Amino acid sequence: MTTARTKPLSSAEPGQLAQGSSWLGALRNRRLWLGVLGWTVACLIFFPIFWMVLTGFKTEAAAVADPSLIFSPTLDSYAEVQNRANYLHFALNSVVVAFGSTLLALLIAIPSAYSMAFLPTKRTKGTLLWMLSTKMLPPVGVLVPIYLLFRDTGLLDTRTGLIIVYTLMNLPIVVWMLYTFFKDMPKDILEAGRMDGASTLQEVLYLLLPLTLPGIASTGLLAVILSWNEAFWSLNLTSSQAAPLTAYIASFSSPEGLFWAKLSAASTMAIAPILVFGWLTQKQMVRGLTFGAVK
Amino acid sequence: MATLQLKQIKKSFGETDVIKGVDLDVNDKEFVVFVGPSGCGKSTLMRMIAGLESATSGDILIDGQRMNEVGPADRGLAMVFQSYALYPHMTVEDNMGFSMRLAGVSKEKRREKVLEAAKILQLEPLLDRKPKALSGGQRQRVAIGRAIVRNPSIFLFDEPLSNLDAALRVQMRIELARLHEELDATMIYVTHDQIEAMTMADKIVVLQGGEIEQVGSPMELYHHPRNRFVAGFIGSPKMNFLPVEVVEADIRGVSVKLPGGGVTKVPADGEGLRPGTALELGIRPEHLVLDDDQGPLTGEIQVLERLGGQTSLYVQMGETMMTIMADGDVAHRVHDKVRFGFPPGRAHLFNADGLTLPSLEQHPLAGLRRQDNRVSSEISDQ
Repeated sequence: MTTARTKPLSSAEPGQLAQGSSWLGALRNRRLWLGVLGWTVACLIFFPIFWMVLTGFKTEAAAVADPSLIFSPTLDSYAEVQNRANYLHFALNSVVVAFGSTLLALLIAIPSAYSMAFLPTKRTKGTLLWMLSTKMLPPVGVLVPIYLLFRDTGLLDTRTGLIIVYTLMNLPIVVWMLYTFFKDMPKDILEAGRMDGASTLQEVLYLLLPLTLPGIASTGLLAVILSWNEAFWSLNLTSSQAAPLTAYIASFSSPEGLFWAKLSAASTMAIAPILVFGWLTQKQMVRGLTFGAVK
Repeated sequence: MATLQLKQIKKSFGETDVIKGVDLDVNDKEFVVFVGPSGCGKSTLMRMIAGLESATSGDILIDGQRMNEVGPADRGLAMVFQSYALYPHMTVEDNMGFSMRLAGVSKEKRREKVLEAAKILQLEPLLDRKPKALSGGQRQRVAIGRAIVRNPSIFLFDEPLSNLDAALRVQMRIELARLHEELDATMIYVTHDQIEAMTMADKIVVLQGGEIEQVGSPMELYHHPRNRFVAGFIGSPKMNFLPVEVVEADIRGVSVKLPGGGVTKVPADGEGLRPGTALELGIRPEHLVLDDDQGPLTGEIQVLERLGGQTSLYVQMGETMMTIMADGDVAHRVHDKVRFGFPPGRAHLFNADGLTLPSLEQHPLAGLRRQDNRVSSEISDQ
């Protein structure tokens, strides 16, 4: 039946069909090139990570020798790294600080984004821009005052201190992202809730949060990742007690020289949890970051 | 009992006055329609009644109680939004029961009330669905159901039918009228569609530029518009307007010279009008009559729309385009020259300020309300 249908069509309009197929071919070609480009970029980005993981399984001598893909893998570096420092101690600090600061940032950002999105004033846009502008300041510019503040309040080398700094660091981005998600939420729904007798808190809990959950989740995930990978503040404000994994990595680049294999092994262990975490939440991240755009 | 009074209500956003002092009485069980072009302030006025917007000055009284400072949920109102504003993450049942859930009503009681409302709206088979699995008309009914469940003293409808297609709109219009009768509640309805206003209202409030132009029954507005704006806004197709000149005027009528030179005497109070004064004459398309022998007006047909039962003729007359609603089987063609006229009693005269000269004859249906329609139909049934 299909042949019967397609036959007269192709014989009746051969020119049009040929034109159509060449156009289709061009499209397929374009897709192919875009695919090649995409994979090249992905490989370029992934290569350092790949090399790091590889180096972690080499001996210290092989690590500084000619780069080669063929070598006999060893777990020596991992064993030694584990001997020199307690990985779990640092990892726990990372988890507590990353999730703690994210939770705190969300707690502060949700009400502020709510008021900016639904009760804007003349200065809302300015406030948002100002918040973002703080991200343009190099952190080192405020290192000394923050260090002194932390010293005087006893926050140096505490998880609480790091949580506070990370919360402040991520707050502008978190507020901005939540603001855009909240802005996409139809105002009518909240007003209907108000007519139904919802207080502001109930409005947020029963209507706003469930409806913008994908956005909130992706914002939270981003904040976790940013906090996990942060090194500047953790290196400067912690020494041992509250030091997270970024400090753990850095501890293997010592004045006695660089030990590439050990450094790589430590780095691999430090980024592994967040990589797995990112992998698991990938779908959620993409969904959240395109939330509203596809609605 | 549910009455609403607005006393000198004003609303300003910064420098702009959106509502410029509105006084209005809404009686118990009345169906009141706010109508006007977009930007006339009708939605703002409704949102102030609902409590979603605060009034800059003036008083909002519900059942005689000042409500300006009372929150939206405590005014005893329910509102149906243009976008329906259903909660997308809740089932139909949870949508309708949300207000009771907030009020701490028990689950059984909630279900009972929801079922009751669902029965009125034929929503029973849909109670477990989420809004996105419903059609536009069904969503609309859920939104109305959510309002019914609250058992409000006054229902507010903010352009509830404008997102529906034409056929569904007619059906929902009838359903809303039926609902009004069944629930015996006071209803306030905002629309820009004058047909919705004419068909559903007991009382129409015509708004323009943040002010009330006229309040009255549909027939009153149709037959006795207070000014040129109301005359042009109410009625479809729109009223025709012609420049005329006073020939002779007194309290028994006004004789005016029409554009073609003919003179006609309109039964309007022309006291104090001097001959030569420029006026505007308004005549509805359905009141213009083709009259090839004696019609005082002439023009050339530009467009002809045959609707079957009726034909709309668009006739160029000098600079003005006149619309005539004629019989379905009128034989004229495009570019034909036609003569036409009108019964003088159907014409309206407007002065330079756009105000209507008072008519000497009260139209017999001008005082008719929708309830009267119902009473008379009951009588005819018997």
